[in-house]
Amino acid sequence: MRHTISVLLENRPGALTRVTSMFARRGFNIESLAVGPTERHDVSRITLRVDAEKHSLEQIEKQMHKLVNVLRVAELAPGESIERELALLKVAAPPSARAELMALGEVFNARVADLGPDSIVFELTGSPEDVDSFEELVRPHGLQELVRTGRIGLGRAARGGTRPRSQILV
Amino acid sequence: MSAPRLSAVRMTGADAILRSLEAEGVDVVFGIPGGAILPLYDAMAKGTTVRHVLARHEQGAGHMAEGYARASGRVGVAVATSGPGATNLVTPIADAWMDSTPLVCITGQVRSNLIGTDAFQECDITGITIPIVKHSWLVQDVAELPAVLKAAFHVARTGRCGPVLVDVPRDVQEAELDFSYPDEVSLPGWKPPRRGHPRQIAAAAQAVAAAERPILYVGGGVLNADATAELRELAETARIPVVTTLMAKSAFPESHELHVGWPGMHGPKWSNWALNKADVIVAAGARFDDRVTGKLAAFAPGATVVHLDVDAAEISKIRHAEVPVVGPLKPVLARLARELAERCEPERTAEWLAQISEWRERFPLRYGNGGELLKPQRVLEVLRDLTSGRDDVVWTTGVGQHQMWAMQYLGCDRPRTFITSGGLGTMGYGIPAAVGAKAARPEATVVCVDGDGCFQMTCQELATAVLEELPIVVVIVNNGYLGMVRQWQDMFFEERFSHIHLSHAVPDYAALARAYGALGFMVDSDDQLEETLAEALASGQTAVVDCRVDPREHCFPMIPAGQAAVDAVEYDPGHDAEALAL
Repeated sequence: MRHTISVLLENRPGALTRVTSMFARRGFNIESLAVGPTERHDVSRITLRVDAEKHSLEQIEKQMHKLVNVLRVAELAPGESIERELALLKVAAPPSARAELMALGEVFNARVADLGPDSIVFELTGSPEDVDSFEELVRPHGLQELVRTGRIGLGRAARGGTRPRSQILV
Repeated sequence: MSAPRLSAVRMTGADAILRSLEAEGVDVVFGIPGGAILPLYDAMAKGTTVRHVLARHEQGAGHMAEGYARASGRVGVAVATSGPGATNLVTPIADAWMDSTPLVCITGQVRSNLIGTDAFQECDITGITIPIVKHSWLVQDVAELPAVLKAAFHVARTGRCGPVLVDVPRDVQEAELDFSYPDEVSLPGWKPPRRGHPRQIAAAAQAVAAAERPILYVGGGVLNADATAELRELAETARIPVVTTLMAKSAFPESHELHVGWPGMHGPKWSNWALNKADVIVAAGARFDDRVTGKLAAFAPGATVVHLDVDAAEISKIRHAEVPVVGPLKPVLARLARELAERCEPERTAEWLAQISEWRERFPLRYGNGGELLKPQRVLEVLRDLTSGRDDVVWTTGVGQHQMWAMQYLGCDRPRTFITSGGLGTMGYGIPAAVGAKAARPEATVVCVDGDGCFQMTCQELATAVLEELPIVVVIVNNGYLGMVRQWQDMFFEERFSHIHLSHAVPDYAALARAYGALGFMVDSDDQLEETLAEALASGQTAVVDCRVDPREHCFPMIPAGQAAVDAVEYDPGHDAEALAL
């Protein structure tokens, strides 16, 4: 089962390496990873997507807690969090196909970031599932290049923050 | 710029490292100088209360620091230069990681402006060691040095103990700062548990009180937590038998009636039966290592597990714990003992203890005494008898058959008197660890039980023992082979012996010992054994006793890897007779 984990860590040299190294060493597979600054200049946030059973997920969280630079680890539970992803898609667009592609883009609120004689670069922000759908729809037209940021997320506003998983053990 | 504190003193980074070590109460460090760490060594030359023990190889320095830590309960410190000096510390760091030994390694690094240029003796030691340290620091600003060292010692010894590394570029050692050692450590992400949850401890007490066949499965965590008195109190209060893992040997008095041996691959049959037939296992600072459990699905199938550990990640990592208790073991064991004093009936385990005693009688450790060759087990028995009743003997070992025989035959009644490489299984650990243990306990007789293979991996540290006046006794259980490998090839590879023969006589170990300025002895028969070992033990000098033993001897019992305790292979007198007839 797939889980999204949000990690706050001190913004120190090598801190990200310590997290990813732990995943590699313990045999946990990362599907996507996004890292960036937070409201505090000395703290970064990593949003990780992992495919793990419950037992492994607990292990991942506990092992991450032991890293000295890691400040907080929380699972972003579906339905209780907002998850977004940014994608740039370069799609083959001869003049004959352009109108249809533009219409598809509009449905998904994808912006045209660049337009060339034979291709369009779409910029799409949405839920990772929206990005998946758009990707599938434009693929038959000739998806030339694609880049996705990996998902980022926050707990819903009503919850006032990312919900820390209950610490039954401590 | 903020004003320096009133007590601050202007000094170099190198001086600051030494003043920090002094402030931490470090009395000895183990190391070897080199280019990138020269400023620190220059500072040592100018004067310090810290003793420096000059090793002959950085791996030796690292294991010495480990031996010091395990014998004393304090943090061990190793110092090395950049590049190869630092990479030679990798094995001790990995060893300390696996066995949770508190270790601070200080390495020199090339100058800051050269980092990343493949400069002479440059290597990314903080990068190399990421998977095997609790934390590490590459100090880029001299002003950070005191806080980094404060944090390094704090992280090494709090929570689950382990190694940390501080890498200091040469220019940072030379730069100046206003030094004052901080009182507090600032690590917002490091929050080891301070106490066990009372409700969980109550649940643990309930499970133990209800048990008919409880057992304490004790790991090295109890020694690290300095919780041996609390363990004893718990065992005696609730009349629970105790098995101690290899790492926990000496955590519970082995002459105590409640000590029921050592579990795992080479544990006695009765110890493994006791652990596997228990209805409640109280794991304390133990981690269900594969060498203890064997085939996991068959390990203690009927048992409820109560798991006490300071490291939450160990709980339910391998075996699901019905009752998890995360917390420092000293207060957790003490509280558990108090709760049980109120609610359990000690007599309820009488039948269970009698059952274990019966198994103990029925399945003693056995080995053949036929043939003319000295038996390796005999060496350990004589060592045990010669030191019986003494509380000033500290043992170290290498890794292999001799280590397992040492576990089986030596008796340890006092904490921190058996120092060995468990998790990593580092051959060559014994001699340098003994030197470190001797530095920690100068009044003790420190004996390294070594194999001939192990001896040849680190014997250069005999020079350290002799010249630094840290005398140790090395007893080589010399079977002329990489004995444990030989045993596996014999048992599991149809006797196809492959690249294991070392020979009994090359090198001439006694002569080599004398070349190092130590005493050298050679024994190849039972009748000289006791006398020679006694002489070496009483010599007060570094001594090597080369005991040439029967290479055919296997270490039994043995639970083959991945099999269950019930599949243990035992000593077979018939097989022995057959071998002798050949």
